[in-house]
Amino acid sequence: MNNGNGTLFAPSSVQTKEREKRRSPWWEVWRRLRRNKAAVVGMSVVILLVVVAVLAPVLAPYDPNQTNIKMRLQGPSSEHPLGTDNFGRDMLSRIIYGSRISLYVGFVAVGIGAVFGGILGAIGGYYGGRLDNFIMRCMDVLLAIPQIILAIAIVGALGTSLLNLMIAVGISQLPRYARVVRASALTVRGQEYVEAARAVGASDARIILENILPNCMAPIIVQSTLGVAQAILSAAALSFLGLGIQPPTAEWGSMLSSGRQFLRNAPYLTFFPGLAISVVVLALNIFGDGLRDSLDPKLRQ
Amino acid sequence: MNGPLLEVADLNVIYKTYEGTVAAVNGVEFSLEAGRTLGLVGESGAGKTTTALSIMGLVPSPPGIITSGSVNFAGKNLLSFSEKEMKKIRGNHISMIFQDPMTSLNPVVTVGIQISEALVAHQNLSEAEAEKKAMEMLEKVQIPGQRYREYPHEFSGGMRQRVVIAMALACNPGLIIADEPTTALDVTIQAQVLDLMRSLKEEFSTAMIMITHDLGVVGEVCDHVAVMYAGRIVETGSLEQIFGNARHPYTLGLFRCIPDIEEETSKIRPIEGLMPDPLDLPSGCPFHPRCPQCMDVCRTVVPGVLDDGGHRVMCHLYGKGGAARG
Amino acid sequence: MADLIKVENLVKYFPVAAGNVHAVDDVSFAIREGETLGLVGESGCGKSTTGRLLIRLIEATSGRILYRGRDIASADKKTLHDMRKEMQIIFQDPFSSLDPRKSIGETIGKPLEIFGMGSKREREEMVDALMEKVGLSPRLFYKYPHELDGGRRQRVGIARALSLSPSFIVCDEPVSALDVSIQAQILNLLKELQETMKLTYLFVSHDLSVVKHISNRIAVMYLGKIVESSPSLELFSNTLHPYSQALLAAVPIPKLNRKRERFILSGGVPSPINPPSGCRFHTRCPWKMDICSQEEPPLTDRGGGHFVACHKVK
Repeated sequence: MNNGNGTLFAPSSVQTKEREKRRSPWWEVWRRLRRNKAAVVGMSVVILLVVVAVLAPVLAPYDPNQTNIKMRLQGPSSEHPLGTDNFGRDMLSRIIYGSRISLYVGFVAVGIGAVFGGILGAIGGYYGGRLDNFIMRCMDVLLAIPQIILAIAIVGALGTSLLNLMIAVGISQLPRYARVVRASALTVRGQEYVEAARAVGASDARIILENILPNCMAPIIVQSTLGVAQAILSAAALSFLGLGIQPPTAEWGSMLSSGRQFLRNAPYLTFFPGLAISVVVLALNIFGDGLRDSLDPKLRQ
Repeated sequence: MNGPLLEVADLNVIYKTYEGTVAAVNGVEFSLEAGRTLGLVGESGAGKTTTALSIMGLVPSPPGIITSGSVNFAGKNLLSFSEKEMKKIRGNHISMIFQDPMTSLNPVVTVGIQISEALVAHQNLSEAEAEKKAMEMLEKVQIPGQRYREYPHEFSGGMRQRVVIAMALACNPGLIIADEPTTALDVTIQAQVLDLMRSLKEEFSTAMIMITHDLGVVGEVCDHVAVMYAGRIVETGSLEQIFGNARHPYTLGLFRCIPDIEEETSKIRPIEGLMPDPLDLPSGCPFHPRCPQCMDVCRTVVPGVLDDGGHRVMCHLYGKGGAARG
Repeated sequence: MADLIKVENLVKYFPVAAGNVHAVDDVSFAIREGETLGLVGESGCGKSTTGRLLIRLIEATSGRILYRGRDIASADKKTLHDMRKEMQIIFQDPFSSLDPRKSIGETIGKPLEIFGMGSKREREEMVDALMEKVGLSPRLFYKYPHELDGGRRQRVGIARALSLSPSFIVCDEPVSALDVSIQAQILNLLKELQETMKLTYLFVSHDLSVVKHISNRIAVMYLGKIVESSPSLELFSNTLHPYSQALLAAVPIPKLNRKRERFILSGGVPSPINPPSGCRFHTRCPWKMDICSQEEPPLTDRGGGHFVACHKVK
């Protein structure tokens, strides 16, 4: 069949539906990311973190909550490569298990922030006008309060528990996603394909979910990687202040806090948790920057 | 000065991209006499802009590489010039006009200064003298001289393009390269601007290369025509030769697929197929997959150029020893 | 043939800081079933806005839009939603009119999904059929827009517009962004589809030669008003309005000996925020009389369905 484009193809009555493979826009992003050495290093550390967290029971040599008073405050040795704390618990195991909490908090908090913040931002950006104004002013209020203070206030109100910690951190991150998604949504809603969706009868909700949000993924992703880093820091800070994870649960921030009083004699009690936090946050930041760069030419040619 | 003002010989330009090497310009050759206008015609991806940039020494250097060829301007090969030497040429002996008048002008500098910049740089005029000359140039492009103090956003699209023309002509260059200068303009404004370009061309005796995809525009301002496809010039000749007696199947195809506004009923016959992938050009003649008269030899052998009194065609139908038709 | 579309006194003003942009100012016309009306003019004349008003992508400030006799300008949401099945649009820019995140199969099939037509499998088959109809190989179903060239992308846009089997399609400069050799392919496709699917088109374009080729009737717009409308060939053989004449004269023709004369307008288009009084064209008109700046000329029938809005043309 020749339709003026010169190609001949089999009519669709042929049963085997051959479809040509496609190249997703994400492939291009991946390729660019791969070339950024720093980002690859950052990404590797993050992957390592996830692996450690998942395989914690396998990797940790001891039970992190197992006390052993006889072995308290031992420096790094062959039996306890990172030493023991003031209850004789193995630091290495605690650091390893601590990664679970950090990851858990990071992802759930970011999840809360991204989902709710993203939806609010998309709605505001799409509809504009008074609704947009209202949503953005609410976000401004949240942004005006320093993140830590806000998190403290929420935890103080709801009580100290892991769940409340994550909610607190999530809410404090929310406005960032709202802003970033709104900016993107403003651009996207002016695109002709959104007009086209309306012309074929798509409802507003469908347009926001199917056309606007997926095209705002780039900023959401970048913000999320940085957000996980921030969430880990916030969780650590709150635990350090005694508002988050309560002892004896192994969490890097609370380990920092309880290690403070032994700073003179056993600096490794603060050094290793601090190092863990720093490395993970740094890696996430570098990875996030690299992602932003590789997503930047947008996913189109 | 003897001989043509501009002579481009065997120009080859490639772009190295991650996906492969793009053969943007392949063996392009043409010449232009002083004071004449050449229309460089082709569709997107044909290599017209790259050719122009090569003449100006503006090919972005990664990823573009001029692999061979020469660009002789007034007897000297511009490709051998250093950047410093090229700076003395641009805006002075060779000027370029780009497509989009909205982005060609610096929005925070007045129009008068943008015109006089070139004068101050190349002709060593004092600022006062340059200002006076800039006002004269504005008058020449039919803009009141006292508007030289205004900023680009205070002008309409057509007027901005005229300002750009004034800038290009300020130093009375021997050659102007205009890359789709009227494509972004409304058709009545385009008529104004083309009319202006025609009269200025006469007045200043400037040679011009007019890059366009619009054969109608070529008919309005050009003396000679070169048709490009997939980085090659497939046909070139005088306006009468090309418009009256086009030979290459692509050229003929182009004429046939434009609806004729003067005829009562016109059938348009599209050129079948798609533009070639610049990363993977067809072997032999680049047009062969779309050519209604494709022969076996066309698939494998790049055609030679037949020169018939200045009318050159790159096609096996007219090849030496082939079925040459008059 | 009955009027499929009848537009009466359509007005669209866009409020801006400096006042109102008179994008479409009291425009009336009719399109018969199976016909193509070409809407021609330069940038800012209101032709694209008119097209979008007709299918209510933009809401009119006032006026009536009658589709098969029913006023859709004031229709409620439910009626409007159903009407989408009858009236569709093809956009100008093949790059931005397709969602870059969706495969073309998904894009073409979306209208079918929205209106719940058939099961997923049935819809896929319908999409395959549509792709074939517009000259796309169904093997490209999962391809993303960025993997296709402009011409193919535009075919995707056409397939999408056809998916609900509409009766009326607004073609908003559908070939302006394409290479010349591809333009011709798409124009021929549109003509073919019109015959086989009994479509009615509003063809919006700035390109007179393209409009002439595809339209039965042509209306010329200037600053939000229709200044001339007539059967297609008549407009070219007997151009009455001075603006139409200038427009026609300005089209560069790829021929050695052109038949028409020079007619170059001076000045530029006035601002649509404060359009000139009386006849909007009077500021640039070489035949301007006193009455032209005072009274707006009505669009009057000069015979044979040839309407002109000009004091000079009697």
